[in-house]
Amino acid sequence: MISFLISIWRYLTRHVDNFLLGSIFLLMLTGLVTLYSATDGNLERLTGQAINMLTALSFMWLVANVPLRDILRLAVPIYVVGLILLIGVALFGEINNGARRWLNIGITHIQPSELMKIGVPLMLAWYFDRRAATLGTLDYVIATVLLLVPALLIMRQPDLGTALLIISSGFYILFLGGLSWRIMTGLLVSIAGSLPILWSMMHDYQRQRIATLFDPTQDPLGSGYHIIQSTIAIGSGGLIGKGWQQGTQTHLDFLPEKSTDFIFAVFSEEFGLIGNITLLFLYALVIGRSIVIAADASTQFTRLISGSITLTFCTYIFVNIGMVTGILPVVGVPLPLISYGGTSMVTILLGFGILMSIRTHATLVKA
Amino acid sequence: MTQNLESHIVLPAWRSRMLYGLLILSLIGLVGRAFYLQGIHKDFLQQKGSSRYSRVLEMGTQRGMITDRHGEPLAISTPVDSVKANPRKINATPEQLKKLADLIETNVPDIKKNLNSRQRDFVYLKRHVSPDVAKKIIQLAIPGISLVRDFRRYYPTGEQTSHMLGFTDLDDNGQEGIELALQKTLAGGVGSRRIIWDRRHRVIEGVGNVNEPTPGKNIALSIDSKIQYLAYRELKQAIEVNQAKAGGIVVLDTQTGEVLALVNLPTYNPNNRMRAKGGRARNRSVIDTFEPGSTLKPFTVAAALEARKVTPNMEFQTAPGTLTIGNRTIHDTHNYGRVTVEQVIQKSSNVGAAKIALLLSPQTQWETLSGSGFGASTGSKFPGEANGTLHPFKKWGQIEQATISYGYGISVSLLQLARAYTLFSSEGYLKSVSLLKIDAPVEGKQVISRDTALAVSKMLEMVVGREGTAQLAQINGYRVAGKTATTHKTEGRGYSKNRYTATFVGYAPASNPRLIVAVMLDEPSAGQHFGGQVAAPIFSRVMGRALEILNIPHDTPIKNMSLLPITLNPKGDV
Repeated sequence: MISFLISIWRYLTRHVDNFLLGSIFLLMLTGLVTLYSATDGNLERLTGQAINMLTALSFMWLVANVPLRDILRLAVPIYVVGLILLIGVALFGEINNGARRWLNIGITHIQPSELMKIGVPLMLAWYFDRRAATLGTLDYVIATVLLLVPALLIMRQPDLGTALLIISSGFYILFLGGLSWRIMTGLLVSIAGSLPILWSMMHDYQRQRIATLFDPTQDPLGSGYHIIQSTIAIGSGGLIGKGWQQGTQTHLDFLPEKSTDFIFAVFSEEFGLIGNITLLFLYALVIGRSIVIAADASTQFTRLISGSITLTFCTYIFVNIGMVTGILPVVGVPLPLISYGGTSMVTILLGFGILMSIRTHATLVKA
Repeated sequence: MTQNLESHIVLPAWRSRMLYGLLILSLIGLVGRAFYLQGIHKDFLQQKGSSRYSRVLEMGTQRGMITDRHGEPLAISTPVDSVKANPRKINATPEQLKKLADLIETNVPDIKKNLNSRQRDFVYLKRHVSPDVAKKIIQLAIPGISLVRDFRRYYPTGEQTSHMLGFTDLDDNGQEGIELALQKTLAGGVGSRRIIWDRRHRVIEGVGNVNEPTPGKNIALSIDSKIQYLAYRELKQAIEVNQAKAGGIVVLDTQTGEVLALVNLPTYNPNNRMRAKGGRARNRSVIDTFEPGSTLKPFTVAAALEARKVTPNMEFQTAPGTLTIGNRTIHDTHNYGRVTVEQVIQKSSNVGAAKIALLLSPQTQWETLSGSGFGASTGSKFPGEANGTLHPFKKWGQIEQATISYGYGISVSLLQLARAYTLFSSEGYLKSVSLLKIDAPVEGKQVISRDTALAVSKMLEMVVGREGTAQLAQINGYRVAGKTATTHKTEGRGYSKNRYTATFVGYAPASNPRLIVAVMLDEPSAGQHFGGQVAAPIFSRVMGRALEILNIPHDTPIKNMSLLPITLNPKGDV
């Protein structure tokens, strides 16, 4: 009986990468512990987050079980549907907090930009894979357009954080796909040239966020408030932190967005430098395993997509912690696997599902 | 599509390595940043943090009470509510705002202005509201509006004592008078309490370090409320009758130098300081000075007696009523002819006083005046007390000696003048003035000999007696000694023809003096302006009543008032 159950379990988890899953579990656990403190012991939020995690893990499991072949087939439909939805958002989206990000599709509200976090790298990887034999300069131009169209649509919503993540995930594919230095230089120049245009397209709150990056004390009660409070909270943690649920800045309500984008400050205040190093070590485990998977990937498509997923995950961490510690502007990127929220959790674990699929299906083929 | 899945095109490996390297470097950078914040910058940030969440709150304490010498309250702090608002949290409907504005007697735009004017989370909307209004404001239940406990100073004796006591500001800190002079004693020690609060300033917990406040001490003034009221009432009436611009009365205890009463007019109501502006707020008797005129003559005579240059019966020729020194001429109001030193005082002859002064060296004359406390503090410690002007004798010529002998070219406060008369009432001793209650008699400093003091005292009795300039100062049942003055006020660089100050300083009972009363009216303009006509009667009423209040034994038989012979001598006063 027991052996039967074990064999069923083995069957169900045959596409799961245990090392990666274990590291993800540890991070999720850290997330729940921190969230409990950040929400002052709000069990409702905690349960909600646990459900988010279980949902995301289910998606991961599903994707891990899908062979690469089928994932590749999905690339174009996902991208096209995503793009249509993004246009739909631009035309009919619901305005919430001054941003047009959500679309009411009758049964539920969705945020198409999240779909594109997976859709864009899949699409680009698919394109490079398809054109691998005859890769020319024009292909890079087409790929860039494929990347920039959804990115600009998202930037217009406005959702700078998501747009940046999508651009970087696409850029990683372009770069790993062999984008020549000449084109890259050209791109850099055109980006530098388009900065003023970008600036003029930005909303005031985005400009202000960038301006206060350089001097948060300039506007201590307005947009500088977040950064000032989060650096104070982090610094107050010191070497070993103030202890779980003992963070004054957190629990006295000084810290904003403490269960979502700024949860790292809560963690830092309560667990100190030692906690931070431990947290980054856990992330390093996930990243390290992902790099191994990417390095072992056997095809153009799998290498590109696994590389992009891994690097985007790193970017997530760097942008979030960089923003909370005050070295990057506040762009609204959650801390992966820790911040409260279902959508980004699902997107991130979908990525890891793809990695697991790459790992396990490849192994199966080899075996 | 599918064939490519199996393709093995080798991607440049250095590209992925470079990217991974960069990202790992950036993660290491994050560790570095964390180390900077949590290691190097830790103390600064922790201090920044604690400055946000922890506060040392002051714990106010009730201000001490000020009483008169018998414990009657003169200034009391009572708890009262103030209305405060948190502009960031306020959330009121237009109706609520309107009701609030009506309750605190303002209008909606003003409230809005107040709420918008500052980037703060604490503004007072109205200080010190009545309990009734406070209750109604709480009933409005507007988020962000609440009450704070304040203390409001209340002065039961109102405008009678306002100059002496001064007042406090909205935070109950002394701003004037005794309230200011004794601020530290009255205020006591503010306590402190360390607390933790959250971003909305809700207090979470106290974290020890509680310093209990030390309550303010009560202070008993030297003032006797009954005499103070008496002086106030009489001064007020006299000012109305004489249509004077201002006036003051000082009552001193000769044995201790305590101020038993000190009133000025015009005055103000300290409980409603709307009119406490300009002249009304000034404690004229202490902080303003004037030329004392003839009230200074006794000091000239005392100096001459001390120096043995004259005797009380020595005669001086004052005819023809003028004396020319250099290019200046001194006038008497009448030609008194040959008069004794005693009569110089009794009739108040300027020429006589000048001739006596010219027998002295400037230094001798100066030393007596300086010894009498002129040009120096009385010791009252009243904020802003005037020292008056007594120029150094080295600058004096004959004309200065002469004019100072009858009280011009020198300025004094009424309090100084009253105090100086302790010389004659206390057998030659000068006493410091005290605004606080003193239990034991004060010895003072001997300035002139007992004999000189008694001799001058006798002359001062003559001033009030028959042929004297101040018969209206007489009191039935008590012997009175004193001196009048009627001085021309300065006007531009010279003296006014028709604006005067009328003064009387005296003490009683002359056989064993207990009280000194100094009265001054500024610009009496109802026809009479002589000190003997205007100030002396006030002295008589205040002194007579005060002696009765204090149960001072009579030292002369009580005469039937209706038979009291008073011969008014209008030509005798200067």
